[in-house]
Amino acid sequence: MSGAASSSAPLSAAAEANAPLAVRMRQVCKHFGAVQANRDVNLEVAAGEIHALVGENGAGKSTLMHILSGLHTPSSGTIEVFGRDATGWDTNAAIAAGVGMVHQHFMLVPTLTVAENLVLGREPVRGIQLDQMRAESDVRSLAERTGLRVDPSRTIAELSVGEAQRVEILKVLYRGARVLVLDEPTAVLSPPEVDELWTVLRGLRAQGDTIIIITHKLDEVVAISDTITVMRDGRSVARLATASTSPQEIAKAMVGRDVALALDARVGSASPATSATAGSANAALSIRGLSVLGDRGNLVIDALSFDVQPGEIFGIAGVEGNGQSELLDVIAGLRRAKSGTVHLGNADVTAFDVRSRADAGLSHIPEDRHRRGLVLDYSIADNLLLGQQHHFSNAMGLDYGRIAEHAATQVRTFDIRPPNPSLAARTLSGGNQQKIVIAREMGRPFTVLLAAQPTRGVDVGAIEFIHAQLRAARADGKGVLLVSADLSEVLALADRIAVMYEGRLACLLPASACTAELLGPYMTGAA
Amino acid sequence: MSAPREHGILMRAAQALLAPVLAVAIAMVVGDLLILTYGESPGTVYALLLEGTWGNAYGFGQVLYKTMTLICTGLAFAYAARAGLFNVGAEGQLAAGGFAAALIGLALPVATPAVAAVLLCTAGAMGAGAVTGAVPGVLRARFGASEVIVTIMLNFIVLALLNYAVASHLAVPETLHTEVMQAGFVSRLGAFLPAFAGSAANLTIVIAVIAAVVAWWAMFRTRSGFELRAVGLQPDAAEYGGVNVPRTWLRAMIWSGAFAGLGGINFVLGYKHYYEEGFAAGSGFLGIAVALVGRNHPLGIIAAALLFATLSQGGLAVNALVPKQLVDILQAVVILAVATTVPEVQRLLQRAASAAVRRGSTEQTT
Repeated sequence: MSGAASSSAPLSAAAEANAPLAVRMRQVCKHFGAVQANRDVNLEVAAGEIHALVGENGAGKSTLMHILSGLHTPSSGTIEVFGRDATGWDTNAAIAAGVGMVHQHFMLVPTLTVAENLVLGREPVRGIQLDQMRAESDVRSLAERTGLRVDPSRTIAELSVGEAQRVEILKVLYRGARVLVLDEPTAVLSPPEVDELWTVLRGLRAQGDTIIIITHKLDEVVAISDTITVMRDGRSVARLATASTSPQEIAKAMVGRDVALALDARVGSASPATSATAGSANAALSIRGLSVLGDRGNLVIDALSFDVQPGEIFGIAGVEGNGQSELLDVIAGLRRAKSGTVHLGNADVTAFDVRSRADAGLSHIPEDRHRRGLVLDYSIADNLLLGQQHHFSNAMGLDYGRIAEHAATQVRTFDIRPPNPSLAARTLSGGNQQKIVIAREMGRPFTVLLAAQPTRGVDVGAIEFIHAQLRAARADGKGVLLVSADLSEVLALADRIAVMYEGRLACLLPASACTAELLGPYMTGAA
Repeated sequence: MSAPREHGILMRAAQALLAPVLAVAIAMVVGDLLILTYGESPGTVYALLLEGTWGNAYGFGQVLYKTMTLICTGLAFAYAARAGLFNVGAEGQLAAGGFAAALIGLALPVATPAVAAVLLCTAGAMGAGAVTGAVPGVLRARFGASEVIVTIMLNFIVLALLNYAVASHLAVPETLHTEVMQAGFVSRLGAFLPAFAGSAANLTIVIAVIAAVVAWWAMFRTRSGFELRAVGLQPDAAEYGGVNVPRTWLRAMIWSGAFAGLGGINFVLGYKHYYEEGFAAGSGFLGIAVALVGRNHPLGIIAAALLFATLSQGGLAVNALVPKQLVDILQAVVILAVATTVPEVQRLLQRAASAAVRRGSTEQTT
């Protein structure tokens, strides 16, 4: 609230300072039924700058950008693009005017080649045939000009996630976009890929393109943006110049109060059970000689052994795709190991199914909550039940009285919003969806917690909450295996840190000895 | 979805009804146009249609008779659909159920107590349907074979085998049906409600309604139903939740087949008391439409079964004025309208289509 008043002054000042505005949105409101997604939002983006649109999940960032790119019509308010009125236009008009959006979820045809995907809808033809050669050469020259290197003749299915995203950006540029909107582009990228993306975006800015990037990661905002608009509860609450602000100030504007940032908290968190000594009979989780085959039949985990002690957060860092997902799947019972054993405490659970492992004390926050962690069309109450359904049955089937009670308690304890257990999980923001998963996995007895990318795609407030939960689990004597692509998160939370590279642990160090600079080479295999 | 909220029930019912009601309205308009091309007045034709179905006891009896089979085949489709499977095999499962019921009825001694005989025949019908449904279930669970293809093909195989068995070994000479059974008769409604006299309606309709209630309870009030629907919505999340996905598919196909097989007792136990080639031809496929219009919900299926039974009986009633195929067109329009408006139907169809594509390319989404 406090920020709302202060936002108007810098707005008009900025408007006069930078005369050529690429985008000006004024008093934009948008509601879906009773839900007010945007209220009186103001956004001004100067031509040729990188503008960060930040805010918690559900703050209305995506809705605002959908309005800008013509997917939604605003309920009220005006939009100008390069000085021309664009209120209520459709996607075709937006593309024609040079506004292009790269969505969080890729919209590519996996069986078609890069070039075919790019020209889809405006194919160069020779007679009635697709001119494959010209399509590819067009795409190749565009790729070279922008630095978005990708082979136009490969099919999308063969590409890595980072490459597929480059194709999405190319697709928008191919349609002549001069204002590029990127919706949380780094959510799916590994750290080196993020750096590459920054290079590309800076290159585009140098060529005069305007870029709006939606994000809630503060380090990214600081790294890439020139100016910032902060949104909270559907309103624009602050407009800041990146050079003259701090992460603390941005976070405060996002959440509306002071927040303990992960990196600060690390200093104070002297963990009680920091033991860098590996291999003990009392390990909460112990992995011995684990080898796992991947989907293509190749060896993705190679004779891996390690222990997670009770009262310890064991962090696994590393670039994604080095066997972390397979490791988690094997420990959770979702994938079979080729050889090796998994012990929970003293129990050999190698042959256990998912349910028996849960009953043996294993909790699992999966890395992909949309695919694994939640049934999106199930209610909050039903999702809180997932994996525990056998504990809520009676002679007449499921005990819905007890389920409702359980749900009400969990919603309250874990502050899931909106606090209505009968809402479908799909309708919640990312942070609140993750709270459902956390409530389910940490709201029951467990001894070992697998926390995979626990804060991916959630907002600052929820990150703080989730980190506090993980620390509380450690203090309570649980063994926590934290796998995260976010190195700063691993550094902030873990007691011991291993870097996974090509299916092995490239290093295993006490956290006190670790820095990002030290671990970097291990992540890329250089050490 | 399953947590009941009193104040929301009316609202949800209204939302659920909107699309089907709209579909019927569109079908009526198309029907008007078609009737006009025959030079008849739509009002007269529709009046006759209603009069011949709900307007007299015989017609209503016939509607109830057809409703019974359609409830069963509708439940069959819906139960598999809730697990994300597209069971197109109700036609064969239904025939197998009727055949098994007749065989048991023929084999039982005349003196078998009526209740025991009916129970045995009913169990046989469900068992035969279940076995027929289990075949595509096993192939899907074990080898990942598309249940769509397998169930379509299995229809031909099952019907051909049954026809062979009847024609070569069991038929009464000069007919396509078996001998009349010794035991296992279910009373017709006409036996105690004189108004229904002459119509084929019989007490198996009660069994069908009970089956619908049981199906509702199984889907929405039990642990296996919770797991079944989770598998249908998001198999990966179900697996994460400790559900054995292939086993759930198999179980869904077995129950799906059992529901379809149950439909066979309508004709065999309640009406003719023998098995006859093609006794319910088309009812299996029409069950898909019933389930889609009923939004894969047992209560919706009862209503949709009544609707489609009314239309097909009404076709006979209006045959003097317009060809009865007019009603087939109405049914088709209802199905198309529902298929294009109801979101879960679209999702189901999309998934059936993408299942084939997914096999070729590796998973490349997010």
